[in-house]
Amino acid sequence: MNQFLLIIVPLVGAALAAAWPSNRTRPWFLPVFGLLHVVLTFWLFINPPVVAPEAWLGFDPLARAVLPAVSLLFLICAAYGVSYLRIRSERPNRVFVALLLAILGLLSAGHQARHLGLLWIATEAVTLAAVPLLHFNATPRAFEATWKYLLVGGTGIALSLLGSFCLGYASLHGGGVGDLTFTALTAQGAGLSRPWVLTAWVLLLVGYGTKMGLAPMHTWKPDAYGEAPSIVGAILAGGVTTVAFTAILRVRSVVGAAGEGHIADRTLLLIGLFSMLVAALFLLGTRDFKRMLAYSSVEHMGILSIGAALGGAGVAAALFHVWSNGLTKGALFLSAGNIRRAAGSPSMDDVRGMSLLTPRSAAIFVTGMFAVTALPPFGPFFSELQVIRAALAAGQGVATAMFLGCLLLAFFGLTRVVFGIVDGRPRPTTRANAQRFVETAGVIVPPLVLLGLSLWLGLFTPAILREAWAAAATQLFPAP
Amino acid sequence: MSGGTLNLLIGLAMGLNLLALGSSRLPSLIRAMSLQGVFLGVMPLLMEYETLNWRVVAVALATMVGKGVLIPGLLRRAMRAANIEREIEPFISFVPSLLLGAGGTIAAVALARALPLLPEHAGTLLVPGAIASILTGFILLIGRAKAISQVCGYLILENGIYLFGLLLIHSTPLLVESGILLDVTVGVFVIGIIVDRIQRAFDSLDTRKLTTLRE
Repeated sequence: MNQFLLIIVPLVGAALAAAWPSNRTRPWFLPVFGLLHVVLTFWLFINPPVVAPEAWLGFDPLARAVLPAVSLLFLICAAYGVSYLRIRSERPNRVFVALLLAILGLLSAGHQARHLGLLWIATEAVTLAAVPLLHFNATPRAFEATWKYLLVGGTGIALSLLGSFCLGYASLHGGGVGDLTFTALTAQGAGLSRPWVLTAWVLLLVGYGTKMGLAPMHTWKPDAYGEAPSIVGAILAGGVTTVAFTAILRVRSVVGAAGEGHIADRTLLLIGLFSMLVAALFLLGTRDFKRMLAYSSVEHMGILSIGAALGGAGVAAALFHVWSNGLTKGALFLSAGNIRRAAGSPSMDDVRGMSLLTPRSAAIFVTGMFAVTALPPFGPFFSELQVIRAALAAGQGVATAMFLGCLLLAFFGLTRVVFGIVDGRPRPTTRANAQRFVETAGVIVPPLVLLGLSLWLGLFTPAILREAWAAAATQLFPAP
Repeated sequence: MSGGTLNLLIGLAMGLNLLALGSSRLPSLIRAMSLQGVFLGVMPLLMEYETLNWRVVAVALATMVGKGVLIPGLLRRAMRAANIEREIEPFISFVPSLLLGAGGTIAAVALARALPLLPEHAGTLLVPGAIASILTGFILLIGRAKAISQVCGYLILENGIYLFGLLLIHSTPLLVESGILLDVTVGVFVIGIIVDRIQRAFDSLDTRKLTTLRE
């Protein structure tokens, strides 16, 4: 029952927010329902329910390993959202608040979906619900970003549906009776028709990979993250991409059961390394600090994909990275939002000396940048270290070297942009604009909390989390 | 199983793909697309006419109304609002698109041979039809500059996926079927709204003007 509440509670919140008359008080729906969701999620996390194998939806080990991170990120972004929407009180926020809550409910459905069709429906619904959020600013640039998001994302979603059909046909051809739960598909194992499984794998990897933002299907990401409000960027980067990643993990376990796991691993490793390389090269070129965050997100999706290619230990490391990347990236997005608002431009051609104008946001931004490029005490360092250890244990020496090389290039790219906007003397126009922006507690505390969580995750990774990641890896790769 | 009639309809749908690729006027592109939608709606009735139940009828009706009437109507409205009638200067012009489409159709038939099919599907053109429509959709998506043409391309891509889904209509539960239709419709609905908005922002539905955001 509780697993359904995770979906129903935010959707009820969305309906109430849509009906609520006051533009001024409506944003409070976000933290209230976010908090309810966090309480429910962590209650389920500590008392994991027994999921029936044939259930279409359930709080299974994989959902348990990922959903709490998404829920926590949403709550903190929601708290930031209250202050953000107060600053933006000139714009109606009915659709914005309602759809953000709806996305939380749909993400809960997507993470818990144990059925191929249900998983697709949840992902499709999240994609559509995000569309109005992207053009919240209603500028021509935002329209352009939304159009590209729809075309690329829509095509990706269409291909993942085709992939789902192919996997369904693989089951039918192998004598299945049309049961498309992942449990049934895995149980059918070698009975699945091989050519259809491989076709399905390619289509599903491309389809859900588009949603996740793996190169070369990442092209919607810089535009969308660059033009959307930073709170939307944080939730897209930490929540929506995660549901696509768990989808790929679930499909990967079916492909593994069908006996084609080595091909799946090889493609995941290649596409992961390619994403890291593309992201690192674009990071060296971009001059926009919000687009920079998008390329950094592409890079980290590459890391997740590489982790997923490395068997049980790699998957556990990748799930760790889902947490550390989501929370750290959230801090970066929110502080970048503050800087963007104060500076009036996202380009390092116009913005300089933000450490003088917005000292707190700039400090969080710089610290967050070091955290996300794997400076030791923070979460990403430890999760990436685990990925590297899994890679070396799997004998992937060359891949590890490329991985480290890309990390170094990305570090150069990120520091170039971040210090470009933080250092120096501010321009007079920027200075005038920044006087209208006040660094209140409402916009500083949420990113600071996210940064703190990232540090806590690195220094004191709780045993219960490690156990949850290991349990999810066991669910996907049952010991032979 | 009236396999002959089914194959005839799939063949006609494949012909409409080529018509869509070759037409420069938007009304004829939309007409080709909506006719294809109606053909697609008839197919489940033909496939399941011996064991006809309300689910199949509902899928068929929803497809015919959605793909054949509602969506083309929406697109025509968007077209009038934007005051454009033809596609001028596409990225891939019409004769090369047609050649690509024809080549793709032949390749689709060849490719479909490589995939194993159940005996009851072996005689149908469902898989080649699906692959050909998906390719057509991609050519239109990539090769056309006007937003409405791109939406038509996306719909033909969806039609191809629907054709493939017909292989599973006997075995998949209702949820998948209804979810697909609902989402496709909603997706296009949203796209329609966006087209409307883009038009207001740019005064033309030319996606070539969407080039501010780049590296």
